[in-house]
Amino acid sequence: MADTATTAASPLSVQDMILALHAYWGAKGCLILQPYDMRMGAGTFHPATTLRSLGPEPWNAAYVQPSRRPTDGRYGENPNRLQHYYQYQVIMKPSPPDLQALYLGSLAAIGIDPLLHDIRFVEDDWESPTLGAWGLGWEVWCDGMEVTQFTYFQQMGGFDCKPVAGELTYGLERLAMYIQGVDNVYDLKFNNHGVSYGDVFLENERQMSTWNFEVADTETLFEGFRRAEAECRKALEAKVPIAAYEQAIEASHLFNLLQARGVISVQERASYMGRVRDLARGSCEGYMEKYRPEWEAKFPGWTA
Amino acid sequence: MGSEVPGVDGMSNSPTPFVSSEVETPGTVADFLLELRSEEIPARMQAGARADLEKLFRREMEAAGLAVGALTVWSTPRRLTLIARGLPLATQAVSEETKGPRTSAPEQALEGFLRKTGLTKDQLTERDGVWFAVVEKPGRAATDVLAEAIPAIIRAFPWPKSQRWGAASLQPESLRWVRPLSGIIALLGGEVVDCEIGGIRSGRTTMGHRFHHSGEITIDGVDDYAAKLRDAHVIVDHVEREGIVREGAKKAAADAGLVLVEDEGLVIENAGLTEWPVPLLGRFDEAFLEVPPEVIQLTARVNQKYFICRDSAGKLANAFVCTANIAAKDGGAMIVAGNRKVLAARLSDARFFWEQDRKTPLSVHAEKLARITFHEKLGTVADKVERVAKLAEWLASEGIVPGCDPAQARIAAELCKADLVTEMVGEFPELQGLMGGYYARAEGLPDAVADAIRDHYKPVGQGDEVPTAPVTVAVALADKLDTIVGFFGIGEQPTGSRDPYALRRAAIGVIRILQSGVRLQLARAFRLLAGEYHLQEIDREFGSFEQYLAETKSFDESGKADPGVPDPFAERFAFKLDAGPAELAFFADRLKVQQREAGVRHDLIDAVFALGDEDDLVRLLARVHALQAFVGTEDGVNLIAGYKRAANILKKEGYQQPFVSSEVETPAHGISTSLDANGLGAETEYTREPAEQALVDALDAAEPRAEAAVAAEDFTAAMAALATLRAPIDAFFESVTVNDADPAKRAGRLGLLDRFRAAVHKVADFSRIEG
Repeated sequence: MADTATTAASPLSVQDMILALHAYWGAKGCLILQPYDMRMGAGTFHPATTLRSLGPEPWNAAYVQPSRRPTDGRYGENPNRLQHYYQYQVIMKPSPPDLQALYLGSLAAIGIDPLLHDIRFVEDDWESPTLGAWGLGWEVWCDGMEVTQFTYFQQMGGFDCKPVAGELTYGLERLAMYIQGVDNVYDLKFNNHGVSYGDVFLENERQMSTWNFEVADTETLFEGFRRAEAECRKALEAKVPIAAYEQAIEASHLFNLLQARGVISVQERASYMGRVRDLARGSCEGYMEKYRPEWEAKFPGWTA
Repeated sequence: MGSEVPGVDGMSNSPTPFVSSEVETPGTVADFLLELRSEEIPARMQAGARADLEKLFRREMEAAGLAVGALTVWSTPRRLTLIARGLPLATQAVSEETKGPRTSAPEQALEGFLRKTGLTKDQLTERDGVWFAVVEKPGRAATDVLAEAIPAIIRAFPWPKSQRWGAASLQPESLRWVRPLSGIIALLGGEVVDCEIGGIRSGRTTMGHRFHHSGEITIDGVDDYAAKLRDAHVIVDHVEREGIVREGAKKAAADAGLVLVEDEGLVIENAGLTEWPVPLLGRFDEAFLEVPPEVIQLTARVNQKYFICRDSAGKLANAFVCTANIAAKDGGAMIVAGNRKVLAARLSDARFFWEQDRKTPLSVHAEKLARITFHEKLGTVADKVERVAKLAEWLASEGIVPGCDPAQARIAAELCKADLVTEMVGEFPELQGLMGGYYARAEGLPDAVADAIRDHYKPVGQGDEVPTAPVTVAVALADKLDTIVGFFGIGEQPTGSRDPYALRRAAIGVIRILQSGVRLQLARAFRLLAGEYHLQEIDREFGSFEQYLAETKSFDESGKADPGVPDPFAERFAFKLDAGPAELAFFADRLKVQQREAGVRHDLIDAVFALGDEDDLVRLLARVHALQAFVGTEDGVNLIAGYKRAANILKKEGYQQPFVSSEVETPAHGISTSLDANGLGAETEYTREPAEQALVDALDAAEPRAEAAVAAEDFTAAMAALATLRAPIDAFFESVTVNDADPAKRAGRLGLLDRFRAAVHKVADFSRIEG
């Protein structure tokens, strides 16, 4: 019981958990990046994952990505669901042979003892039709709770991953709730000086839920979607695929907002998703196209 | 020249192996251990992987000529293990002998033989004046065979899904495995079988439990493998782990005074997720028990892989059993606490759905069905519901489903799909029907309606119970028939193994319900549904029936179809109205498949279906049963023979029924035939021969008897009536010449045979009976 007491006595705050993960992955050779400055649904959309998982060059990075899922908003009234939350994302290309061990090391670094907690790798394959991407892997369970998505990317943007990247996506709030033994996300200790997650984000959740569901001007959103789509195509023509990809991210988020506003019918939904997918895939293709000669020169025998 | 030159054409003589007759002695065999270690293999794939490993190993060994005895194959989430005891250390030496030309044969023949065998003349053996090429193939060391076989097995492994990984995946052809392969143990008689694949070299080391053991474990061979892993907290035998999960879960429940709800699927899955399984019992808040027990069970099982428990009274208890993969330092207290929290979050979601869904009456939920497509060519689910309601109501009001209140049938049908749009069924699609039943009861609908909503998908599988409550029967029949008629109407009937809309299952469901005694003429139901489909499509395509009438000229003023004018829009309709015969044939096929097990002959089912007017399956089966009993009797066998003879004659003579039938007036001792299709002449009278007259008399007596019996559905009596024709028809063929020179006699006798055939057809189409 001594172990329980110590673990319970000094669990990491949200920010200390992030700092511990940064320190850990930084020491393992990952670049510690900052969040991408755009609204997106998941850490995978960050160009540091999507675009950098393309091509043969090694790439190791870790970062926090604020993730926005407008339809998950609950006006701050649900203890588990948020329209804005944090994902901790690690991408390592090629996937190192000891990626599982590295991952388990990171859990130990934030205070999870694998002889007190039941850590399991449970089959869960990942697919993002929007990104033309899929991979095999697991959801990692800690005492029955999914705390991380662990994926070996096999395809991105419709291209085979050569080489394969390993991707880890931690749900930070979930993990923090677990570590801190808290049932309501807003009760999380954000730091060790009396500031809670609710102090930081509760009002944000209320206002943003209201805006997402009730206020956002749908005509502006539709117009924004069309503009992002047009801008993406323009950027692709101009051979600036990174800029094109930003517009794909923008279109994807505007689509999510339109969904939250309930103005996209079931039939239209598939068509909008197809349009976003075309933008994202087009950007990946543009990116591959641009760097292909350089990569082929650097990695003899490599082909897209 | 021209003498026989055996062996040179290479066609007739393949090498004949002579296996040297060494006797296996101790020291010529050894035990082989193979462990393929990888990152976590999905639990659901492990059983298949074990079978595949054994199959591939046997195939490789057989191809190389190594005799394999019994194999042991084990799996854990992190390894596949194969043990072959008593594997020969070498393949047996083989002496291959090929027969060549005679020594007396011309020189060219010998040259050809030498070319073919690649030998020189002095390497040949001569025996009895014939050249033989004898090639001694020495045995191969099993180590060499295995070193080739192991990479081949790994490359050929048929995982349902496989992946590439790591630095090697820079190349597209890099090794694929279910998850990254991390190590290979290959030991033959304790010696490493050296091989390499995908950068992994075989050896004798493995890893123990992920958390209970660190560092490598060195294995000597087959005998210390499982024990050393056990010391490292890995139970490598999956059967043993399954036993631990099964018994441990039961004991955990019993210790808490509860009874485990046994679930072998969960046993296997949990054993496939753990190397050191430890079942642990936890409790959840009793307040959650207000949620339907099926919901709790499903939440626990599907999402969390937990067992559930019942109390001594058989009621669901507020307890679950999870299976940990560690022997936790605190005895599992924190694991149980964590799992309890996860389950509580899941159950509060479920309770939220349960509360939320009940705030809206099913009739309001049902309105949302108009937004769900049933099939792009068949409209929405709301359209389906309306058709099902019409048919269910009709089945009740026509008395086809006895004791069924038409109003209740309609209400139940209208609400039967409403739960599809509830939150709960959105989360757990497998609860469709069941939740609708709960919600219907909760809003105070009659039990008969709630039961019908709950059970209308039944019977789902072969073992599933068949509904008997009248309202349920009406809705269950209507729903399934609607699906069959719809998809046949748009040409989506099952073909071969393709049955994407599960129409065969639906048909079997209908058949089983009807067999409980529901008297339905299927064709009537088909017509009614087809009409509804058509009208709905008109509404969708034209906005309204009136608009359709205005646009088409194929209807007269009163709205009746004008057969003289083809519907110019016929092509525009996806749903075709002419699928009825195909639907009936489909049911006949399903019935044959179903009845085969009961020993009912498929040709007899055909014989009754071929009548064309028998679409009541209850009556049809009664007929078939009577027929099957009859064709087994001597009378039956002979009547069939007589029938076939009559039919053959009619066929041979190209007999067609007269335009004006002969049944008008039959004079006492003559037959009047009007102008018939065969142009055999006008009315003629002749005196019948005795056997001919006897057959006429027998028909006169049997026809009304058979007809009355069929009408009374006493098919045994109908068969008995037919049986009276057997002796007269035999006698007729014995003594009467059909093909008489007198055209009147010929016509009259053919007519009589036709009458005999028609009489038999009142009961069944005997031409379909085989043998």
